[in-house]
Amino acid sequence: MSENEVKNLEDIFEARIARDEKIEPKDWMPEKYRKTHIRQISQHAHSEIVGMLPEGNWITRAPSLRRKAALLAKVQDEAGHGLYLYSACETLGISREELYDQLHTGKAKYSSIFNYPTLTWADMGAIGWLVDGAAIINQVPLCNTSYGPYARAMVRVCKEESFHQRQGFESLLKLCKGTPAQKEMAQDALNRWWWPSLMMFGPTDDESTHTEQSMKWKLKRKTNDELRQQFVDQTVPQAEILGINIPDPDLKWNAERKHYDFGEINWDEFWQVVKGHGPCNKKRIKDRVGAWERGAWVRDAALAYSDKKELGEQTESKIAS
Amino acid sequence: MDNLYNYILTIADNCLILGQRLGELCGHGPSLETDIAVTNISLDLIGQTRSYYQYAAEIEGKGRTEDDIAFLRLEKEYKNCLLVEQPNEHFGYVIGRQYLWDTYHYLFLSELQGSADEILAAIAKKAIKEVSYHKRFSGDWVKRLGDGTNESRGKMQEAICDLWPYVDELFDMTGVGTDLIENRVAVDLSALKEAYYEQVFELLSEATLDVPERKYFIYGGKKGVHSEHLGYLLTDLQYMQRAYPNMEW
Amino acid sequence: MKKTWPLWEVFVRSKNGLEHRHFGSLRAADAEMALENARDVYTRRMEGVSIWVVESKNITASNPENNGELFEPAQDKVYRHPTFYKLPDELKHM
Repeated sequence: MSENEVKNLEDIFEARIARDEKIEPKDWMPEKYRKTHIRQISQHAHSEIVGMLPEGNWITRAPSLRRKAALLAKVQDEAGHGLYLYSACETLGISREELYDQLHTGKAKYSSIFNYPTLTWADMGAIGWLVDGAAIINQVPLCNTSYGPYARAMVRVCKEESFHQRQGFESLLKLCKGTPAQKEMAQDALNRWWWPSLMMFGPTDDESTHTEQSMKWKLKRKTNDELRQQFVDQTVPQAEILGINIPDPDLKWNAERKHYDFGEINWDEFWQVVKGHGPCNKKRIKDRVGAWERGAWVRDAALAYSDKKELGEQTESKIAS
Repeated sequence: MDNLYNYILTIADNCLILGQRLGELCGHGPSLETDIAVTNISLDLIGQTRSYYQYAAEIEGKGRTEDDIAFLRLEKEYKNCLLVEQPNEHFGYVIGRQYLWDTYHYLFLSELQGSADEILAAIAKKAIKEVSYHKRFSGDWVKRLGDGTNESRGKMQEAICDLWPYVDELFDMTGVGTDLIENRVAVDLSALKEAYYEQVFELLSEATLDVPERKYFIYGGKKGVHSEHLGYLLTDLQYMQRAYPNMEW
Repeated sequence: MKKTWPLWEVFVRSKNGLEHRHFGSLRAADAEMALENARDVYTRRMEGVSIWVVESKNITASNPENNGELFEPAQDKVYRHPTFYKLPDELKHM
């Protein structure tokens, strides 16, 4: 194809997206569109399955049977979400094994929030409330994104995600209405998870590299800073209901802007954790690689078994004919 | 009533302990799909546990809750059989333990459905649908691992051999009061044995695995004499309730 | 021998009377596993009463490049639609 022809196809392609048409797997798409989507969808999938680990930590130690079941169901949902997203990503011509490989070798990123440790039971509540809350804000607009398989996966994810945030908030509320020790546990969790949650929306708009292109492809509808503001505005009144304090002395209502002002995020910490120096980066990847490697003989066995069965059926039908 | 209370624990503790064991695996399985499946089994078992304990708490009549029963007993007061507390050494053990348990569990629930105790019968009717699926899942996997590669056959065989000493305890009647059998509340476990071994032998042979030759079996769980593994499992299970006593979650 | 578990497409009937609808895909070594996985992955919240799985490689898909010849010729066949026929307003039940 000549450069002109490609340019022409690209123009038609961009016009389709601008008209709110969906792009489907076999449609022609610019290489950059494919690559950007592989990167974003796989990052999203990796975040789901790495995200299973910090919460999975507490399944065996959940304080009641009801909480144990809810947490199990939630972590299981994350596996499901990872699976939906890997499947969506595979329609772009890359296999799940290749995607895992990128995760395991550190080539692919995942949400940095999961590189923080879960130290107490209250962290389960804080993750549900803050981390899933932030995730929902990031994700809801993606239900309308331009790539069909991604949009459909996100519809399913968002539908299931709302239970996660509710169960998180409910379990924190129980702590906040409980004994002083429980309330202290909840406050401590908020202290540790507040700032990393704000970091989930990514660098500030002037530092963010992909925004314009992502907006055009409907991978993004609002900027990082707009989403972060939305999160702060909706979360502050929720903390008031819980009766615990957001650890930010600069946090206050700005009547003029009709938004909350909040303090400076520690961007050095943000970049350090992104680069792999957070408290749990190594452990998370080690756990994923370990599970994958320990499972190799199991996956091979299942394939060998299905090959034998197919061969057996072929032989049988030959004998029959 | 004490006898009925104890009898319910001998059933429910198995579900609790196995559900807890499977919960350890979430996020660490050989594929996302198997993670989701194993978690489903764990969730089913914990659901069953809750139904049994709620009933036990009601019978006991001391105002205790399902969680008091689940979390606040001493090790020797747990009456699960030794099989279900065995650790997740590798996926072969997970599947082997599951299949050896599921086959028993299905036969047991088939009988419990006809219990003279209506509540136990109702719990069994609901649970047997779940367990029927567990058994299919674990049985299919025993075949895949047994008749898969040489490596997987070795690992599956190893697991079956190591778990085998614990199977006969499934049929041990310790903890079942004679009045419960006379009143047709409890299941006569000895009557399940023949069908159990027949099914297990058949599946092992289909999976190209050998039936272990060992004839010496280990008992104790139902009397509260457990393996070393249970203490650690309970340490995790009970941590919150012990560290923060008398609180609601 | 295959190197990885093949991809399967999952179709779920959400209740009797409705058609099976494409729900998504998953990986499984064989058809039984695909069915079991589909049940666990896609019907955890009572989404279905029946599941079909088919290995993705067995689906033949039309090529969007041929959309012109495949689908556009239907555009001007408006006589296939009931609204094409002009009938008097007083005519009922038609």
